[in-house]
Amino acid sequence: MIARMVLNGRQREVEVRPNQTLLEVLRDTLGIFDVKQGCDEGVCGACTVLLDGRPVSSCLVLAPAVRGRAVVTLRGLERDGGLHPLQEAFVRHGAVQCGFCTPGMLLTVLAFLERERYPDRETLRAALEGNLCRCTGYAKILDAVEAYVRGEQGDG
Amino acid sequence: MHPFEYAAPETLDDALALLRAHRDEARVLAGGQSLVPLLNYRLARPRVVVDITGLPLGGVGVDDGRLRLGALVRHHQLEESDAVARHCPVLREAARLIGNVRVRALGTLGGSLAHADPAAELPAAMTALDARLLVASATGRRTIAAREFFTGPLTTALAPDEIVTEVEIPATPAHGWAVEQFARRAGDFGLVTVVALVSVDRRGRIEDARLALGGVADRPVRAAAAEDVLRGEEPIAERVAWAAEIARERLDPPSDAFASGAYRRLLAGVLCRRALARAVDCALGTR
Repeated sequence: MIARMVLNGRQREVEVRPNQTLLEVLRDTLGIFDVKQGCDEGVCGACTVLLDGRPVSSCLVLAPAVRGRAVVTLRGLERDGGLHPLQEAFVRHGAVQCGFCTPGMLLTVLAFLERERYPDRETLRAALEGNLCRCTGYAKILDAVEAYVRGEQGDG
Repeated sequence: MHPFEYAAPETLDDALALLRAHRDEARVLAGGQSLVPLLNYRLARPRVVVDITGLPLGGVGVDDGRLRLGALVRHHQLEESDAVARHCPVLREAARLIGNVRVRALGTLGGSLAHADPAAELPAAMTALDARLLVASATGRRTIAAREFFTGPLTTALAPDEIVTEVEIPATPAHGWAVEQFARRAGDFGLVTVVALVSVDRRGRIEDARLALGGVADRPVRAAAAEDVLRGEEPIAERVAWAAEIARERLDPPSDAFASGAYRRLLAGVLCRRALARAVDCALGTR
């Protein structure tokens, strides 16, 4: 069957089986590997994509159930072929080690900041409690997000 | 995932006809936050998945003080809706504890109730609120009280060809509220979840007290004996502590891989006391 979606701003029609998840279609059919496969039960946050602007676990969305909605993956954040400022902040602050959780972290943060522009650290911590990172201990991720929120540029 | 057919009916009648035709071999897909993990792990093997998210069951309305919530209302709507905040704020507090932000983006009220995890927040909240579930099948409609709806672990009074269409919550205009939960990690189901509602009359005595618990039995339960010792009494700390003690004494929670029954029981007493104390403060306007 055909699944329709607006993927990173482009209308797409993809041949899918009913028992495929959005995650499988993104990675296996469309080759979008910035979406990571983790737990397959919606707990880890590695497969986060934005569905109509809200973070969802793509492992828990059946592909045919996308029903034409807007899907944004990490590469949808690209600015003029370069990194998004939040990605740059992650690089500057050492918020990336193995990188497996990073796409989910970035998308979750950006969706959250749409609703709350200037959150404090505790609020950010709560906003990210559904995204697991096994490397950084979260401190540098929070540093990076805070720097981005403050609008800091450069190599600080 | 095992293979299955996928149907996305556009009307309630079409959805109900599909369920009538396939009965036990069909599973209803709403937000998918419980069903899809079961499919991913091959624990559920339906022949047909009936996606009901295209049906017009997503409304939030207020009717004579009663809050009416469509079965497809998503958890994030419970967190964000002004009508919910005004008419049933305890539901907003309960919804914030559900899973993680991604679960709340897609998970639905009707889905959570029909899935009936004994530790889930919304079944406990609906039990405290004396909610009524409107249920439909191809052959008729009926209403089931929340207290009769949950019949065991992941088991409800729904027949295989029925779905929840709406939830109706009676007005609790003067009630203070609190939800207390202890979970091992953020986003986990609570080991124990307590929902408390308390109202105070003009003399400053407790008029109505409701206490519902999740995670302590095979379904959400009301602590009726604890409610009884509060009604008509002054809402002082000693009375609240005694009521919590009575709630605890009457529980016999199961043990599982995450916590022993004894620990859950202890936790239930502590959380009941905290929830009642906070609901009292809320009712008295001191919070």
